[in-house]
Amino acid sequence: MNIDGVKNGIVLDHITAGRAMEIYRHLDLDDLDCCVAIIKNVESKKKGKKDILKVDAEIDIDLDMLGFLDPNITVNIIKNEQRIEKKQLALPQLLRNVITCSNPRCITGVEQEIDHIFELSDPEAGVYRCSYCETAYEGRNG
Amino acid sequence: MEHFIDIKDHSKDEIQQILDAAMRVIENPRGYSEAAKGKILATLFFEPSTRTRLSFESAMLSLGGSVLGFSESASSSAAKGESLADTIKTVACYADLIAMRHPKEGAALLAAGVAEVPVINAGDGGHAHPTQTLTDLLTIQREKGRLDNLTVGLCGDLKFGRTVHSLVEALSHHSGIRIVAISPQELRVPEYLKSGVIAKHHMPFLDTDQMEDALATVDVLYMTRVQRERFFNEEDYVRLKDRFILDTAKMRLMEEDAIVLHPLPRVNEISVKVDADPRAAYFRQVKNGKYVRMALIMKLLELAG
Repeated sequence: MNIDGVKNGIVLDHITAGRAMEIYRHLDLDDLDCCVAIIKNVESKKKGKKDILKVDAEIDIDLDMLGFLDPNITVNIIKNEQRIEKKQLALPQLLRNVITCSNPRCITGVEQEIDHIFELSDPEAGVYRCSYCETAYEGRNG
Repeated sequence: MEHFIDIKDHSKDEIQQILDAAMRVIENPRGYSEAAKGKILATLFFEPSTRTRLSFESAMLSLGGSVLGFSESASSSAAKGESLADTIKTVACYADLIAMRHPKEGAALLAAGVAEVPVINAGDGGHAHPTQTLTDLLTIQREKGRLDNLTVGLCGDLKFGRTVHSLVEALSHHSGIRIVAISPQELRVPEYLKSGVIAKHHMPFLDTDQMEDALATVDVLYMTRVQRERFFNEEDYVRLKDRFILDTAKMRLMEEDAIVLHPLPRVNEISVKVDADPRAAYFRQVKNGKYVRMALIMKLLELAG
């Protein structure tokens, strides 16, 4: 299967196999007019399989959100068909308005227009806690 | 500008400085009678309180300052749907310092983020009650002469009891602290405390529902009320509320130099007959609350103390 290289844009490599569509939705790539390629289940030396997303446009990406969704991702910035930058993501220390607190007793559930802020309280286990009520976020899948 | 939102925002030394300042007030209360003259404390209590609100108001008045505020949500613009942030920004125009109690967790942190005056967390839902912790620490220090090398029994509602959570955080700074958690299984110490501060500071910890067995081992017994307002249904509350009651028979199981604390109000978890026992320190604890709040107010208003 041959897919053209990106001229000016980004390539998200090492996406956990099966999660490309989830990343696609979170980044709102459906709204773009440019060429976007979703490649699923590519052979990977490290993990057996991986997904790849290629976007042929210079777009801004929330790296914190991306790192939260899948810290395995490598972000490659492409310019004039050359990779000019490579970023290895990791779980971000802080999340702002990426996830919401599920604790019904938390102030974030009743106060309007308040930022939902989570801090990485256990990097090894990937546990995030609401900075207001300290309740752990339970929706993240590794 | 400094706030007082959560006990874990403050180092052991900072907390000790507040306790030392409280001791200076205790030794010479009249010497501080004009320390806060011309200053105004706003007490914003969105949920019921007796001790804490009156303690703050007494503290400020004893420092020569003034007090304004409200004692229930219905008395505030919250009843009209005003956001907490707007209420805080408004009140900050009228006062030099805010002490706030709110039913929602994290409310005090939000207030500190928008206020242009110092904010004291007087309790935010079931989350934290840091000035109660200062009161508890001062009481332990005065009664036992130290804050280290103690076995501390926590009894009752350890899941929703915010005073318990804050006390554990504060005691974690001190060496030789052993925690005995006495509660029904449904009301045990939350996992985030066990795997967080307790594990991190290698504090010996025991979970038990056998109150009688634990009493002989503790230097400090911290009793708590099973709080109706933290339960979503009445049935669970009724089932659990009378499980752990301290009476004179159980007091006989405790060491002669042990002490009993309670953040109050109590319902029936400590028998009134225990009050006469010299080890019952909970009303001395109430008085300590005023002094420690005087010290905290002076610190946050940067008044000489």
